[in-house]
Amino acid sequence: MARPQSELLRARTRTAWVFLAPMLIVLALVAGWPLIRTIWFSFTDANLGKMSQAKFIGFENYYASFGGILQDPDWWRSVWNTVWFSVVSVSIETVFGMIVALLLNVDFKGRGFVRAAVLVPWAIPTIVSARMWGWMLHDQFGIINDMLERAHLISGPVAWTADPRLSMWSVVFVDVWKTTSFMALLILAGLQLLPSDCYEAARVDGISPIKVFFRVTLPLIWPALIVAVVFRSLDALRVFDLIYVLTSSAKETMTMSVYARQQLVDFQQVGYGSAAATLLFLIIAAFTALTLIATRSRASEG
Amino acid sequence: MKLSKSFRTLVLASTATFGLSLAAQAVTVSIMCGTVGQDQTQCKNGADAWAKKTGNTVKIVSIPTSTTDILALYQQILGAHSTDVDVFTLDVIWPGIIGQDFIDLAPFSKGAQKDHFPAIIANNTVDGHLIAMPWFTDAGLLFYRKDLVAKYKLQPPTTWAQMASEAATIQAGERKAGNAKFQGFVFQGKAYEGLTCDALEWVDSYGGGHIVNKAGHITINNPKAAAALTEAASWIGKIAPEGVLNYAEEDARGVFQSGNAAFMRNWPYAWSLGNGKGSAIAGKIGVEALPKGGASGKNTGTLGGWQLGVSKYSKNPAAAASLVMYLTSAAEEKRRAIEGSYNPTRPALYKDPDVLKANPFMGQLLSTFTNAVARPSLETGGKYNQVSTAFWNTVHDVLSGRTKADVALASLQGQLKRIRKASWK
Repeated sequence: MARPQSELLRARTRTAWVFLAPMLIVLALVAGWPLIRTIWFSFTDANLGKMSQAKFIGFENYYASFGGILQDPDWWRSVWNTVWFSVVSVSIETVFGMIVALLLNVDFKGRGFVRAAVLVPWAIPTIVSARMWGWMLHDQFGIINDMLERAHLISGPVAWTADPRLSMWSVVFVDVWKTTSFMALLILAGLQLLPSDCYEAARVDGISPIKVFFRVTLPLIWPALIVAVVFRSLDALRVFDLIYVLTSSAKETMTMSVYARQQLVDFQQVGYGSAAATLLFLIIAAFTALTLIATRSRASEG
Repeated sequence: MKLSKSFRTLVLASTATFGLSLAAQAVTVSIMCGTVGQDQTQCKNGADAWAKKTGNTVKIVSIPTSTTDILALYQQILGAHSTDVDVFTLDVIWPGIIGQDFIDLAPFSKGAQKDHFPAIIANNTVDGHLIAMPWFTDAGLLFYRKDLVAKYKLQPPTTWAQMASEAATIQAGERKAGNAKFQGFVFQGKAYEGLTCDALEWVDSYGGGHIVNKAGHITINNPKAAAALTEAASWIGKIAPEGVLNYAEEDARGVFQSGNAAFMRNWPYAWSLGNGKGSAIAGKIGVEALPKGGASGKNTGTLGGWQLGVSKYSKNPAAAASLVMYLTSAAEEKRRAIEGSYNPTRPALYKDPDVLKANPFMGQLLSTFTNAVARPSLETGGKYNQVSTAFWNTVHDVLSGRTKADVALASLQGQLKRIRKASWK
């Protein structure tokens, strides 16, 4: 009896593989191959101008007597910038996103319209919104300075994207403007799944809305919130377009992606730049693995 | 069946021959045109004239304004061996970086290179190949408001210190007179290649060398260079707005041309635009060589300028080379000098009365153009971009007041050694 069953099982497994094969092949081609190539380049001295003359140099791009990427203070600065940017922007977006989601969860007239309108910043391509903010924040002819000056809030033009003390905050501000709506949408999806009986019970018991939020709403939407935060953090760790358009390769706002691009394209150091890209990949992979483990253990606890 | 097949072959063959003969006569050549000031218009006018003359078609491709961004774009296009663009405009510092992607123009030039400045031809020659023809040359100049210098009974400055004190006087006077936005001096202070040009002028005017000398030694860490940068840092927030730390050429010209600055460091192109229609200061502009660094310093200007080269991957190299030769011909360089104050690369045109009438400064400042200081792009080869980036970031840190010049230059010395490794090559 066991034989035909296992025969059937084997046939099913085979079919499963046949159905999976196209996707696996496509993944290997579009994701696996470039990744392996990048890692390979990171062990060579490849140069954009003469790619055919690349030689294997081992770990010299990472650590060497003349200085590899791990000894480059600019690299560590860009790692710090990336982490700082991710933590600050995602925290602000989470708080604002929560507020917007709670508002949109309340039934009011024209809610559908407001929900659609909130999504507009998210729908605009980043390159376009970054350019737009770049002009609005320009120190001489930007509209932000003009409005602030008219309101007598500032005495002279402020160089939002040039002043080293302000440029990172400007970048965070634009990112918050853009992605809060995405955060709100994910949280709203969680809110809409909540059972109404808990709230009815709370209302009957006369519990204050703030207490209801922290004791009922927050624990219930926690899984949805964690997913949203992980999504955004992964996105923020590889941030590139927004920062490159607003402040190009300025040191104060240089992230790991901007650093890798500068080495690869501006300096033509394909080998060294690939090493930076590989480290960026490893950092994001480690972060993903950590969150997967953390959420999995939490799920099994539950 | 048979008939129709042979008929089809005939039709195909005739279309092919017809198409081929057409292709031999008229092709489409695409050219990268700059977008700073009148670049696009003047480039288009010249290219259209060539198209009319030869019956070919020209496609204009726009490029970014920042030279750093243009290079990044070119490297991607050339790295992909793209056939989309035939003629590239090349900054004077690029032959060492991307020269290997351009064809040798000597077979097409009929000896025309003899009539250009030999220094630029040498700059454009990579491994014995003439990879680009000089199109126009540039050197940093000091633009000033003749009317305001006269109004405050001053003389055009000869040293940076004098410039700063005059700028302060005029700025205070004009602000008192009601223009709260008035600035003493504007230049290119953004962290990009333009700042390397400006800062090299300050350092060189003090006799502080050229970052890396001809022998390839790193020379930037010296007291004269530190003095030059310290002086420049003292301008920020006093005679120059803090926003100048994010200004490129066009930002500086915008402030100066709307009548809101007394002095400006810029390239010659600003002359014809400043005197053109719609300019608030037409006829009020004076031009002189950049001031000296102290009484014992010298007048200097960074060598700039653009070349035209034909991509190795072009499908129509002969037509593309013909366009390059037309655009760099004496007649076209003369037209561009008169209409757009683009400095010719042919010494003979500096004696041309029409050119001198339109641009009096070209005759007076001929020595500034012929003796312009070159950035160390030949010495540092493919690593020039890294050297320049390290230099402009250091200067930017000093200007924004985050470090002192001597400390910053000592650290720059270390960075440059790390970039050089065993040798520049």
